Amino acid sequence: MRATQWMGKDHVEVNEVPDPRLLNDRDAIVKVTSTAICGSDLHLYDGFIPTMKKGDILGHEFMGEVVEVGKGVGNLRVGDRVVVPFPIACGACTACERGLFSVCENSNPNAGMAEKLWGHSPCGIYGYSHLVGGYPGGQAEYARVPFADVGPLKVEDDLTDEQVLFLTDIFPTGYMGAEMCDISPGDVVAVWGAGPVGLFAVASAKMLGAERVIAIDRFGYRLDKAREAGATDVLNYEEVDVLDALNELTAGRGPDGCIDAAGLEATHPTTAVDAYDRAKTAVMAETERPHALREAIMACRNGGTVSIVGVYGGLMDKFPVGSLMNRSLTVRTGQAHVHRYLKPLYEKIRDGEIDPTFLISHTLPLDRAPEGYRMFRDKEDNCTKVVLKP
Amino acid sequence: MSSSRARPGPRRTARVLGLVSTGLGVAMLRDPKGVARFSGVDDSATALSMITVVGARELLHAFPLLAGCPGWAWTRVAGDAMDLTAMGIARSSRGIARSSRGMALSSRGIALSSRSGERERRLRNATLAVAGLAALDLATAVRSRRAGSRSADRELLPGSAPWKSAIDVSAATTVNRPPQEVYARWHDFTRLPEFMAHVREVRPAGIGRWHWVAEAPGRRTVQWSAEVVEETPGERIRWRSLPGADVENAGVVEFRPAPGDQGTEVRVRLAYAQPGGKAGKAVAKLFGEAPEQQVRDDLARFKQILETGQVVRSEGTPEGPLARRMAKQQPAAPRS
Repeated sequence: MRATQWMGKDHVEVNEVPDPRLLNDRDAIVKVTSTAICGSDLHLYDGFIPTMKKGDILGHEFMGEVVEVGKGVGNLRVGDRVVVPFPIACGACTACERGLFSVCENSNPNAGMAEKLWGHSPCGIYGYSHLVGGYPGGQAEYARVPFADVGPLKVEDDLTDEQVLFLTDIFPTGYMGAEMCDISPGDVVAVWGAGPVGLFAVASAKMLGAERVIAIDRFGYRLDKAREAGATDVLNYEEVDVLDALNELTAGRGPDGCIDAAGLEATHPTTAVDAYDRAKTAVMAETERPHALREAIMACRNGGTVSIVGVYGGLMDKFPVGSLMNRSLTVRTGQAHVHRYLKPLYEKIRDGEIDPTFLISHTLPLDRAPEGYRMFRDKEDNCTKVVLKP
Repeated sequence: MSSSRARPGPRRTARVLGLVSTGLGVAMLRDPKGVARFSGVDDSATALSMITVVGARELLHAFPLLAGCPGWAWTRVAGDAMDLTAMGIARSSRGIARSSRGMALSSRGIALSSRSGERERRLRNATLAVAGLAALDLATAVRSRRAGSRSADRELLPGSAPWKSAIDVSAATTVNRPPQEVYARWHDFTRLPEFMAHVREVRPAGIGRWHWVAEAPGRRTVQWSAEVVEETPGERIRWRSLPGADVENAGVVEFRPAPGDQGTEVRVRLAYAQPGGKAGKAVAKLFGEAPEQQVRDDLARFKQILETGQVVRSEGTPEGPLARRMAKQQPAAPRS
């Protein structure tokens, strides 16, 4: 089959590789009909996530048709059309029972590695380094889906791939980012990063009843998308001082909920500050460029919530813990527990409450994945989201 | 994760030191003047308050030592160093007006203001006594450190072999199943190889006895017979190898209900003797530098089997959790 492989920093290739096989009774093989490049794939592309290996198949946003099922998978049949959540979860451990699917205790066979870096291990994730399992991803013609009786959601309504594909990750991730803010009437929510997750966070915050939703980015075309998603205000951080602007917009209170949808490769408008973190990451003195997170903490209203759904890998520097502690802030975070959002968000799409296709800017054949990665990373051609068709 | 329980020897000495500390502490707090006279120290107000402070310090050492924690002897060693320094300053500054710095440093050996020969003699004796005690403190502290790494095998393993060293590891996990079920799965000894990566076979060899075959590097195997020395359903299984084993070893696994109805806490402790010769080297190699990781991997597979019915495999780690695979990942891509 053809598959998108990570060949090193800034280097992906689509190559011929062997077809996947069932390794366990609870596996299924899915023939991928649509897959997407995620912003977090760019962290792999840029070499920020450790334990990648040359030849790893990328991609954790994919859907398709079931072509083979193990004998332990009772709920799926060959021919079923499914979307596959990016976290691999067993459904039986205490974490899964509690709905914390992205910290499934069983699905990462390399838990020992993750424990060394993070203390405890999260779940396994498709195509997202060996730290989270060494599972091949779905930017390929076929993919093996472990615990296929737990994760995949059958799509039985007449919806296009594009409408439901983002249930695999970015819609639930953005939604969880907003949900963690415990939005009540009158709340102001600010979202750092108007990429795909940020756009869904904006839309979700609106859905959950936020009075005002402020999107922060530096690309005009993305801020336009944010308005389309429901943002009441947008801030270009290269043009305004974000803290001042947020205080202005909230009459000095600060946003009640601050969502970091940027993650570890944020940039900073002040060259010196940006260069400081770039230099530190270059020599591995920190692994993140956490400008968005620092700013989200500083901006947040006293007693408010900082919700982190942007991806971080390791250690950051200059963490404003004093601001966090003295002002009674709450931090909530996590990789999205996609499984618990699949059904409710699917219903919202089916019922027309949201049309997720608004953020797709490019649809390419799988073979052009390398081009897609570059375009998405460099924000060429107003790129917001790349869907690949195997 | 490895055990740090202490051997009986250092623990006994620790208790003796604890008693000494208590005695000194109480005496210093109750009768600082008497202590000052006895040790050849002057009875100025500063000296007396210093003695009181040292008395309090002694009581601080005393409690953990009395509880049998020899590691706390290190705090006594530090105290001894302080005291001996102070006494040395006092002795060498004979005839010189005492410096305030010497005063600040001093404790049991408070500097003398006007020394007579008798006081001189007492100070010397006190210094000698402190030095003697310091030696005992140091010995106990050092032994406590060794005991930390070597003690558990003594309790767990038969003491017949002249072991050069032993591998003693422990690990724990929580399994989301009731204790009886978790116990039963482990007690099904012939199925241990399903989650113990290096064990190839466990077969019955008489009542309460089992023959184990484990993989060793270079396609070799090591074998031993083991007896179950304790089995308390739902709680504990203990086993140890019988004489004639390629590798002497013993193990214990304990099952306890996890708090909050979260299943069962499983704690395993394994000890392997590492005799000289080929078998010993094989064991050393087998465990490499990460024996604890290997036991944790076995427990991870055990948990996976009980909770999900299977060992979890990825293309990068097709065997399921495996320490040696962690360093040598296959690409996350299907293999032909």
